[in-house]
Amino acid sequence: MQEASTNEFAAINQAPTLANPLLSIRNLAKSFSKNPVLRDISLEIAEGEFLTILGESGSGKTTLLRIIAGFETASSGEILMEGQRLDALPPYRRRVNTVFQNYALFPHLTVAENVGYGLRVAKRPANEIAERVEKALAMVKMSAYARSKPAKISGGQQQRIALARALVNRPRLLLLDEPLSALDANLRRQMQVELKSLQREVGISFVFVTHDQEEAMVMSDRIALLRLGELEQIASPREIYARPATAYTAQFIGHTNLLHAEIKSGIARCHTLAWPAALPDGPQLFSLRPESIRLATGAAGPGAVRIIGKIQRQAFHGATDLLQIECTDGLALSVRTASREHWPGQSDVALEFSPADAIAIRESLEKT
Amino acid sequence: MELPMTRSETTSRSVWLPLHALAVFAFLYLPIVTLIVYSFNGEGVGGFPPHHLTLDWYRILFADDAIWTAVFNSLLVAFAAMAISLLFGIPAALALDRANFPGKALFRRLVLLPLILPGIITGLSLLMLFREADVKLSLLTITLGHGTALISVATTEVFAGLQKLESAQEEASLDLGANYWQTFWRITLPNLRLSIIGAALLIFTLSMDEIAVSFFLIGRDNTLPLEIWGRLRRGITPEINAISTIIFVFSLAAIVVWYRLRMRAEGKAEIGAELLES
Amino acid sequence: MFSRAYRAAVTVPPLMWVAVFLLLPYALLFCYSFWSVSPAQVIVHSWTLANYQELWQKDVYLQTLFRSMWIAARVMILSLLLGYPLAYYLSFHAGKRKDLLYQMVIIPLWVSYLVRAYAWKTILGSDGVLNTLLQYVHITKQPLEFLLYSPFAVVLTLTHIYTPFTLLPIFASLEHIPRNLVEASHDLGASPLQTFWRVILPLSIPGVLAGATFAFVLSLGDFLAPLLLGGPSGIMISNIVVSLFGAAYNWPLGAAISFCMLGLVLALLFLSENLEKKWSFR
Repeated sequence: MQEASTNEFAAINQAPTLANPLLSIRNLAKSFSKNPVLRDISLEIAEGEFLTILGESGSGKTTLLRIIAGFETASSGEILMEGQRLDALPPYRRRVNTVFQNYALFPHLTVAENVGYGLRVAKRPANEIAERVEKALAMVKMSAYARSKPAKISGGQQQRIALARALVNRPRLLLLDEPLSALDANLRRQMQVELKSLQREVGISFVFVTHDQEEAMVMSDRIALLRLGELEQIASPREIYARPATAYTAQFIGHTNLLHAEIKSGIARCHTLAWPAALPDGPQLFSLRPESIRLATGAAGPGAVRIIGKIQRQAFHGATDLLQIECTDGLALSVRTASREHWPGQSDVALEFSPADAIAIRESLEKT
Repeated sequence: MELPMTRSETTSRSVWLPLHALAVFAFLYLPIVTLIVYSFNGEGVGGFPPHHLTLDWYRILFADDAIWTAVFNSLLVAFAAMAISLLFGIPAALALDRANFPGKALFRRLVLLPLILPGIITGLSLLMLFREADVKLSLLTITLGHGTALISVATTEVFAGLQKLESAQEEASLDLGANYWQTFWRITLPNLRLSIIGAALLIFTLSMDEIAVSFFLIGRDNTLPLEIWGRLRRGITPEINAISTIIFVFSLAAIVVWYRLRMRAEGKAEIGAELLES
Repeated sequence: MFSRAYRAAVTVPPLMWVAVFLLLPYALLFCYSFWSVSPAQVIVHSWTLANYQELWQKDVYLQTLFRSMWIAARVMILSLLLGYPLAYYLSFHAGKRKDLLYQMVIIPLWVSYLVRAYAWKTILGSDGVLNTLLQYVHITKQPLEFLLYSPFAVVLTLTHIYTPFTLLPIFASLEHIPRNLVEASHDLGASPLQTFWRVILPLSIPGVLAGATFAFVLSLGDFLAPLLLGGPSGIMISNIVVSLFGAAYNWPLGAAISFCMLGLVLALLFLSENLEKKWSFR
């Protein structure tokens, strides 16, 4: 039986408060000449967590990161780190370091000098600097390049140096602004794994900004999904995938089928489909993931919902196929199933799914 | 909610830098402003404060034939020098961009040298050339001198314009059946239009003002700067303030037009860099 | 992709012009410096080292050269002191006004040299604007004589003329510095002042070298400002050359000095270019 309560909806947009957060962002808002870019963002970051801020371009994710780093000032709201006002400090006094999107390595310094920059500025003793730089380079496997200039190394290598340069200062928080977007696909996947294990190793909180939802799911402890300057949902990858709060979330992360149903007396009806749903009467939107729909064989399981349709299109995805089905009542569904050499075209197929897989979600409203 | 972070934390030296900037601008414009103000001063040059505003000096100026002859000569030279500089400067830019030949590096340096060399060296070496070739000094020799000195301006501007031109456009033209000359007229030249106009304007203005090279190549006819120079040697007359003010106004107009043209073509930082690249 | 005919067409005419009007004249300069002038004021095409010996033996030439270099050095330093902070302000702090202010810097650059030198002459004279102003507000009782017809006047005027020349390449190199480097430096804990010393200044050195070279070389060879404002104590090496081509009719000697100047300038350009390459990180 589909169980849903109004509590779930109420809490979804509020980030759950943590016991001893490292960073507290409260009611942060930012406008650039009357254009609101961030509206009322509140969230907290725990010690040692890998948080991804995910969003399309224009969602405000980069602006949020830059405000945390100190390169922009918020129009209103506050940021607290371990109880102190972070936004009162200029960027060079915050215990926060950034890995920039284009790496921003200093061209006139060698790799080792780049990595040691923050330590030299802080006037650490020379032998301490040398030792820490050496360790940092070893950590990103770039020790051999210590005396090279940035112009002479590849993009992926520059990215590691940017990482080392930030981490060597032992910040409380590391910010990463789409650091992998300039890399090609294979290198990117490799770096995702490396970054994740690096974060586990050093134990520092990472705040990672990206527009790539797959990347977010692979790497994060939690994902904060931003849309048009507001926090759409914040949860672990599995949670956000299994129980998206809104239509936008359901569609942005993974594929989904949106079912516009009408609920009456505990039954949800959508076209000829009907399934039990313990929700108040009225219109209700449901999200049904393509992999939750199976090709029906034999007798229907207890409580399974069945429908007949014809295959319109098929797309090969390696391990799986994505089928577009047009059902007899006109409903269009995407179905993900194991790959087959040959699909019977235009003949009827039976589909089934469990009511528990139909997740009740909110509409995503248009925003001004 | 008020954020307590102070501006001075993020911007450095908040007061001194703008103050310095103001001081430098004052220094740069002070003489010019003084000149203009005193061109209206009844008592002529000098003395403070200026009083008795008058247009007398302008009246005298307009009646001064020698000055106007010199202006006419200067215009003649400027247009001719413009033609020469463009005629040889545009191919030079194309050659530097597209051709490889023995001595290219030397050629590049030679073409750009007059920009940074003190005018006296350019002027004197040309003087010796004309002497050995038995050519009498005249407006022609001045024109040849200006043309030579200013080819570098044309070359630099057009070269920069060529860098902005995608080679793909010319390749597309050739691919579609146009030959080299057609491509040059239909694609290359129109794209260089702004660079060429900008260069022409600059060359014209520089030629009108040129004195160091002209100094050595002068025959019987004066250009405007040399005419003014001659009078300066004899003593100061406020008439010179008047003509200087007029020159300033024209230069101002020319440069504003040039700058706006260039802003349409490319970014600001490039302008200074190319012009002074040697 | 360009045919041989095309490449020949664009290469040959400028090459010819440059050969005739640049290379040949420099070669003539070289030749003249080895010739001499007869008592009858005729230039004799006989080869001799006499001119160079004269330059080396008579003190006046080296002295004037050093004085000229000292004046040029002062102009260079002052131009840098005036120009660099302004370029920095324009590039990093001017914001919306950058465009307008940049135009305002360019304008004096193209206003007639003569006009500006003349303007200083009227300002600095004993009856000039500055002196009468100072007396008017009772700061001085007598006109200050050193203001005009002195090396001071030459340095002042040349600084006025060449500061924009110096500023432009500095501004260009500052503009080329990616702003995310400044942010990265702040992010790593460096204050704006530290960021300037460690990041911005090193990356702007090519521009500084170019601007300094301009100011020095062009001041060194200047003869107009000394003639107008220098007086007897402000004579520079080019003035000697001018008189040798004028009243003191000795073209070969003048050519010898000019050729030395050419050599010196080329050496400085070479040096500057190599330093610029060393400091360029592209």
